[in-house]
Amino acid sequence: MRYWDGYRGASFSELLELEHPQLQPKLWRGASEPALGDTGHGTTCLALHFADGALVAGDRLATMGYQVASREIEKVYATDRYSLLAIAGAAGPAIEMARLIRIQFEHREKIEGEPLELEGKANTLAGLVRQNFPAAMQGLAVVPLFAGYDLRRRCGRVWKYEITGGRYEEREFESVGSGAVFAREGLKKSYRPEADRGQAIRTALGALTDAADEDRATGGVDLLRGIYPRIKTCTAQGIEEIPDEEIAEHYQQLLEERRSSGELR
Amino acid sequence: MTFPFYVNPEQMTQDKAEFARKGIARGKSIVTLEYASGVLMVAENPLQLQKLGEIYDRISFAGVGKFSEFDRLRKMGVQWADVEGYRFSREDVRGKALANLYSQLLGDEFTRSPKPFEVEIVVAEVGDDELSGHEQNAIYRIGFDGTISDQKHFCAIGGSVENLTSHLEANFQEGLDLPGAVRLGRATLQRAENGSPDLPAESLEIVLLDRDGTGRRFRRLPDEEVASHLG
Repeated sequence: MRYWDGYRGASFSELLELEHPQLQPKLWRGASEPALGDTGHGTTCLALHFADGALVAGDRLATMGYQVASREIEKVYATDRYSLLAIAGAAGPAIEMARLIRIQFEHREKIEGEPLELEGKANTLAGLVRQNFPAAMQGLAVVPLFAGYDLRRRCGRVWKYEITGGRYEEREFESVGSGAVFAREGLKKSYRPEADRGQAIRTALGALTDAADEDRATGGVDLLRGIYPRIKTCTAQGIEEIPDEEIAEHYQQLLEERRSSGELR
Repeated sequence: MTFPFYVNPEQMTQDKAEFARKGIARGKSIVTLEYASGVLMVAENPLQLQKLGEIYDRISFAGVGKFSEFDRLRKMGVQWADVEGYRFSREDVRGKALANLYSQLLGDEFTRSPKPFEVEIVVAEVGDDELSGHEQNAIYRIGFDGTISDQKHFCAIGGSVENLTSHLEANFQEGLDLPGAVRLGRATLQRAENGSPDLPAESLEIVLLDRDGTGRRFRRLPDEEVASHLG
């Protein structure tokens, strides 16, 4: 605790930089070889708009090279009461980034007495992604999706990022990770901006199922172990995590729809 | 060659203490008290500048005296708690450790600097039944010279502390409900010499730490809720 010469701003990452540099997650220090094969990678996540706000979903699989690293990894995080983060890419730095951004938002809210605007949160995340750029060049890329409910504009909003920290707001939907191309194809066909909660859940579930079908690194629904993708929504009422039982029901409904349309036999 | 003036340390300490006490007595008082499901802090404060604040999941802060000084102390508390929680885990951030840090800082400054801090602060921590060894609430009061004391059930800081404390001693009961605690808090503040005899909801700043909650237990009561509790 330094009263006279301590850091006086409201940014947690600047506080770490100036007063606790040893705690900073700077992975590229000393790394010279691409570390791709030996670290866990999270795969497919998606975010979309629906009638009440935004929805974020992700499968639960993490891979290490061609092997399974974890079947139940968490890729969709509530970063505060009105925002969600989903991360594909190197699992270690991704989880650390989710932890750091959550503290960052909370820190600023406590110091200044009021939370950041959703736009401000999206920009804060861009800074963290940019900081990770040297690690991304070593094969430890972290590619987040950020979504939330904008209390001022009264609407859901979704952003995607690239490893340089560039951020782009998406009006409809976006997906990231190894199965992203397939998920996006699925979303393109079934996405409806006016979809209600149930329809939005089925759209997300369908897209992740498609991604898991085509991409070996994406988990999808694992009926054998009872593992379902993680789906969270963010609306004016705050964040809701959809329980597995409800996802299971929507999954059955989705399969029936696909059977009756002749897509599945 | 010049020699520094000799100053009697006893005299100097007394002068500094008197100076600090005067500064603190000028401000409005703050009451911290336990209620059935947590800890409540009540301040007379009609302004936007807040005297009560959230430090961490189970910890809150109250400061009286010079605003710039105690607000800086509050922010340092938030910085310390967030770094501690990031370094270890959320459960490792403890009110006692923070209260001790404040005590050392204020004590050092009182001895070392020509002008002592004109502040008095309270660090409150709500207990958690799941956290072994930390089931009880804790209220720590830290004075301008770093004296730290562990208060049972309630605590008053600012001017007219004797009046306020005797009112609390006479009227506090364990297991008060929230409206009862809010009313007792206001009635106590009205005993302060510089307090107003009839405090409306808009002149009260009230925060609580909710024992039954999860994660961040801190909550600021909006004016409408305060008014409904006052009845």
